[in-house]
Amino acid sequence: MKENIVIIGGGAAGLEAAGQLIRLGYSPIIVEKEDHLGGHLAEWHCLFPDMTPASDIVGRLAGAVSDANIFTNTEILFINHLKDSYNVMLSNGVSIIARVILFTTGFRLFDAARKEEYGYGIYNQVITNSDLEHWFRTGDDDRIGSVPMEAVGFVHCVGSRDEKAGNAQCSKVCCITAVKQAIEMKKRFPDAMVYCFYMDLRMFGKKYEDFYISAQRDYGVRFIRGRVSEVSENIEGKVVVKAEDTLAGKPVRVTLDLLVLMAGMVCNPDSTKVASMIPLQTDSDGFLKSKDNILEITSSSRKGIFYAGACTGPKTVPETLAEARSAALDIHNFIESL
Amino acid sequence: MDFGFGIAPSSTINLDKVDRSRFTRLHELEPDVYKCMACGSCSSTCPAGRFSGMSVRKVILALQRGKEKEAVRMLKGCMLCGKCSMVCPRGINTRHLILSICRIYNEEQQ
Ligand SMILES: Cc1cc2nc3c(=O)[nH]c(=O)nc-3n(C[C@H](O)[C@H](O)[C@H](O)COP(=O)(O)OP(=O)(O)OC[C@H]3O[C@@H](n4cnc5c(N)ncnc54)[C@H](O)[C@@H]3O)c2cc1C
Ligand code: SF4
Ligand code: SF4
Ligand code: SF4
Repeated sequence: MKENIVIIGGGAAGLEAAGQLIRLGYSPIIVEKEDHLGGHLAEWHCLFPDMTPASDIVGRLAGAVSDANIFTNTEILFINHLKDSYNVMLSNGVSIIARVILFTTGFRLFDAARKEEYGYGIYNQVITNSDLEHWFRTGDDDRIGSVPMEAVGFVHCVGSRDEKAGNAQCSKVCCITAVKQAIEMKKRFPDAMVYCFYMDLRMFGKKYEDFYISAQRDYGVRFIRGRVSEVSENIEGKVVVKAEDTLAGKPVRVTLDLLVLMAGMVCNPDSTKVASMIPLQTDSDGFLKSKDNILEITSSSRKGIFYAGACTGPKTVPETLAEARSAALDIHNFIESL
Repeated sequence: MDFGFGIAPSSTINLDKVDRSRFTRLHELEPDVYKCMACGSCSSTCPAGRFSGMSVRKVILALQRGKEKEAVRMLKGCMLCGKCSMVCPRGINTRHLILSICRIYNEEQQ
């Protein structure tokens, strides 16, 4: 079918939507600014709750779109609003006239260095969830394993639920990611004490609670209810963490060989930049604003502009994929109605 | 009759009997007081807490559970340095809150 559909972003959402549109008979065009497909999934090791290798998922999603027009290393220069369509100018010189644009621009990981009190980028033994995934995947990080790992800590809600950081929202996936990563660390360093510092544990998804119980019972991960307030480095280069154990009602301090900051999901400036060309509204959390947060999550308030995945807020992979399929159907119905 | 033992007063917090009038006044003055998520950042940073038992988190909780005397006792340890205001992730102006609590609850105590 000759109907141009531009998909901005080749992460899980963009790939799944493209795959479905191809099956419906369309030839979507994927524009991805990086040199590879998969988005954040390409950076993760294994996915909760079944520890599926993320590379398998990316491989399957990318396999389904091998016939699509894919431009990697390509950005959107500008979008002009024509009468019934949009003129999309790409950085590779290609210009596309399309009646449909799908935003699958995803999220950005909160920059943990902005929470100075946690010492990311200052203390050597402070890393992020993303750094840890990188190490699980590649084994390439001198900070982990080069010193004995006797005690490891995870800090929940870094840059999320934090008005000081400008993000009041919960990032949804980091509680379960911390549980997953804590188990992974226990598997690799069985003698290590592993602590999770949390405020509330959000185990909302299928099998998440089982995962949490297993972290406690089978792996002995210790959960401490209190937000870490300060991190410092001692003379041996270890990190000293201070918090209130709010269940004991007493301050706690613990010395760790590694501290992992669970950086949250925040709105992607690459997403908002392109959105402002149309322009599209952003919601109070900074993410792109859906026409309706219950009935029309994949629609924008503009004709022909659709959303899927983490560009509208923190989401898990299955949620992202479900939205991508739903957006593909919405696009099909929209085109049929023209 | 003497059984040789007494019955200790119940430690149950009876929410039916908690007098909420002062807290309602506090809430009018400091709407953000209900935003506290009991994360403990304030207590953990407080330079006075370790010695005096002061904890903004505990004060906010105690007031809502009708343990006003306990809260007022804790407040005596506060030096009003404002460190807790700087760390509160819910953006509560805790120092201002402490002053309002002192105003409302101290005048009632007399
Ligand atoms: C540490 C961590 C671990 C996680 N682990 C899991 C897990 O185990 N299981 C699970 O279900 N979920 C997990 N998630 C959530 C998962 O990463 C997201 O659900 C998923 O990545 C969302 O996919 P997306 O395609 O919407 O966005 P993204 O993955 O962010 O992809 C967006 C893509 O769009 C591209 N893009 C953005 N802007 C532009 C632009 N202007 N022009 C061109 N291209 C653009 C980006 O380069 C990127 O490739 C985890 C999240 C974090 C933070
Ligand atoms: S999912 Fe958990 S760690 Fe992440 S922001 Fe929400 S409460 Fe905090
Ligand atoms: S203002 Fe009072 S409660 Fe807050 S940190 Fe200072 S001494 Fe502690
Ligand atoms: S830091 Fe703020 S939200 Fe956390 S316990 Fe103290 S007052 Fe409540």
